[in-house]
Formats: sequence, C-alpha cells, structure tokens
Amino acid sequence: MATSSFYGALLRRQLALALRRPVQLLNPLLFFAVVILLFPLGLGPAPDTLSNFAGGILWIVALLANMLGVDSLFRGDFDDGSLDQLLLAEQPLYFVVLPYFFVHWLLNGALLALLAPLFALMLGLPARATGVLVLSLLLGCGVMTVLGAIGAALTVGLRRGGMLIVLLITPFYVPVLIFGAAAVQAAVAHQPAGPYLALLAAMLSLALGLGPAAVAAALRISVDS
Amino acid sequence: MADAALLSARGLGIERAGRLLFSDLDLDLLPGEIVHLRGANGAGKTTLLRILAGLSRFGFEGKVSRPQPALYLGHQSAVKPLLTPRENLRWHPSGEQFGDAGALEAALDSVGLYGYEDTPAGQLSAGQQRRVDLARLHLSERPLWLLDEPFTAIDVQGVARLQQRFARHAAGGGAVLLTSHQSLDLDHGVRIVDLALAA
Repeated sequence: MATSSFYGALLRRQLALALRRPVQLLNPLLFFAVVILLFPLGLGPAPDTLSNFAGGILWIVALLANMLGVDSLFRGDFDDGSLDQLLLAEQPLYFVVLPYFFVHWLLNGALLALLAPLFALMLGLPARATGVLVLSLLLGCGVMTVLGAIGAALTVGLRRGGMLIVLLITPFYVPVLIFGAAAVQAAVAHQPAGPYLALLAAMLSLALGLGPAAVAAALRISVDS
Repeated sequence: MADAALLSARGLGIERAGRLLFSDLDLDLLPGEIVHLRGANGAGKTTLLRILAGLSRFGFEGKVSRPQPALYLGHQSAVKPLLTPRENLRWHPSGEQFGDAGALEAALDSVGLYGYEDTPAGQLSAGQQRRVDLARLHLSERPLWLLDEPFTAIDVQGVARLQQRFARHAAGGGAVLLTSHQSLDLDHGVRIVDLALAA
C-alpha cells in the first residue's frame, strides 16, 4: 500500500470507531461539564472567587478528562489482536501511532478546548483570557495525549493498568498544567501570555518528536509477553 | 537449492514458567511447502508462531530470519465489531494493500460473506467474523503465511475451501505454516512437525 494511504486508512478507522460509539465520544465532555458545574457549588457562587480560580479549574478538569480516555487508546486493539497486525506492518511504527494520537487529541482535547469558552463564561473568566485558554488547551492537550499514550502503551498488556497509568503519567502532566494555567493567569492579569504558549508549543514539538518512538518501543514490549 | 527459504529458524528454544517448551528447534520453510505444526495444548505452538512472525523478539534462544514480513493470523481475529467487513479489510491494520473494491468483494464472496459486506461485524456470528479475517488469505500478496488455528469456528465446507486455498497458495510459490488439531486433507503434500517430538 502506498505508505501515506495506510496512515489515512488508520485515521479513518480510528475516527469511524470513535464516532460509532457516541457514548464514549461524549464521556470526556460530560465529565468536563459535570465537574465544572460542581465548582460553583463547592466554592460558592461569588463571581470574584470563581473568576480567580477559573483558569486553573478549567485546566485541571481538562487534564483529568484527557487522562480518563487515554487508558483505552490501545486497549481495544490489544484485546482483539489488531495490535499484533499493526506491529507486523512494514510501515514504521513511529508514524503508524500518529493517527491514534491525532484522533485522541481531537476528541479528548480539541473538542474540550473548543467548548471551554462556554464553561469559562460560566465560571466568570474575563473574556480577554478566552483566546489564550483555548490556545493553551489545544497545545497542552496535544502534549498530554502523547505523554498519556506512552503510559497507555506501557500498561496495555496489564489486566489492571488503569491506576498504574495515572501514577505513571501524572508527574509528566505537571509541567503542562503549570504552564497552561500560568498562560491563562497571565492573560487575566494583563500580562503577555506568549512566552507560556511558546513553552507549551516547544513541549508539544518535543513530545511529537520523541513520543512516537517511545510509544512504538513500549507497544513492542507490551505485545511481547 | 534454487529457492531461498521464506523462513528459517535455527536453534530455537524457549522456557515458560520454568518449563522447557522446546529447545534447539530448526525449521525452514521453502516456497511451495505446507507445514502442519502439531502439539498438545500448552506445547508452545502459539508461542513458536509469534516468535516466527516477529511479534516476540526477546525471551527465547536462537535466530529467526524472514526476508519478507509474514501474513500472521492469530487466535484473535482483529475484526472490529463496529466496522463492516468491507471496512475491516479496507482499513486493515496490517498495512497491506488489499486491492480495489472489486477484489475486496470477491474475497468476501469466496469466504461466504456475500451480502454481508456492509453489515457491522458485531451483528455477524463468531464464525462469520472469523471469515472476515480469513478473507485476507484471498487478498494478501505476502508469500509466507503463519496461521494459528485457522479452522476455529469454521464449518466443514469452509475448512475444505480453506485447505484448497492453502494448496493453491503453495502451488503458486507461497509457503504455509499452520497449527491445528484437525488433520489436513489436501492434494498438496504436507510436512508435519510435532512439537513434542522436536523438544
């Protein structure tokens, strides 16, 4: 097969699989919505308090929503033997995993980022920070997807990898959270958010450059047991 | 020897859970050969097949050389219940080109799935789902086939047709290595490798 058309085929396969299971598609969104709705109840509806925390809240919830879905990234393919076939493909595994990243980012990252302004409004985040919020989530969820995929690839062979993956990847999510939330804070405080966004973009470049190799190696180890 | 081996393994040995499954096993597959790998449950047939396919790379002794990637058919059929048989093949994760729509339909037809091309595989029976995977045998151009229990869940006529397919593949210069607890009945010569004796 022309190499590029294989990646296209995988992309369409992943998209079709995700879109035909609407419940799973809505899971991260529902989680995002429910948790954010709980914050005004817990913290009190005073607009000042809420808008102070809004950036951090949105970022933490997006991080958790992203982490929630990442465990299942390769699990289905591992269980039904598709992963074996994938590893036997002649195309380099480094590129083969990219469609998986993209679809996960799209549904557990980009979709959240695009809906975030709505929830930001609810929490009283100043309108001037909305653009930075969306951009930082788009970049940050990309980094978290790649990092999460490494964890997912390492634990896919384990029966109960769910908790382990959280322990494995949370430390690596921390810098993303720090710079992501800081970008929003900076925008709220009338300071330039550019440097933070640039750092997030740098992390994404690094993750995209090295992550696929780590995922490929981890998948080979997971299948080989 | 004019034909280069499609698969050659030297001195294979493996231990699982403190038990030696086999050791010092040599195996060559030449074009035109059909090899029936036999052994009791737990004798290491699947383990051996995964090593030969290149899925297991560590934890065994010996060397495997495979000039071209194999078509590997495992216990699990890699068929997604949410996708139709047509989509399962067109977007197959093995990265092989499965020809045009016509070739795909012909392959599904020859495994008895005519009329089911666009039914989600989840609504098909276990045997039919298995047949979706087996349709690859009518599409693939890889000469080396490693098949782990290809007859599972397949009916009597299906098994007969599969065996004809194996014979045709071997006659066309391919090689087949399969595990099965059934004995084969085909016109083509079959070499039997018994794992219990090889150990």
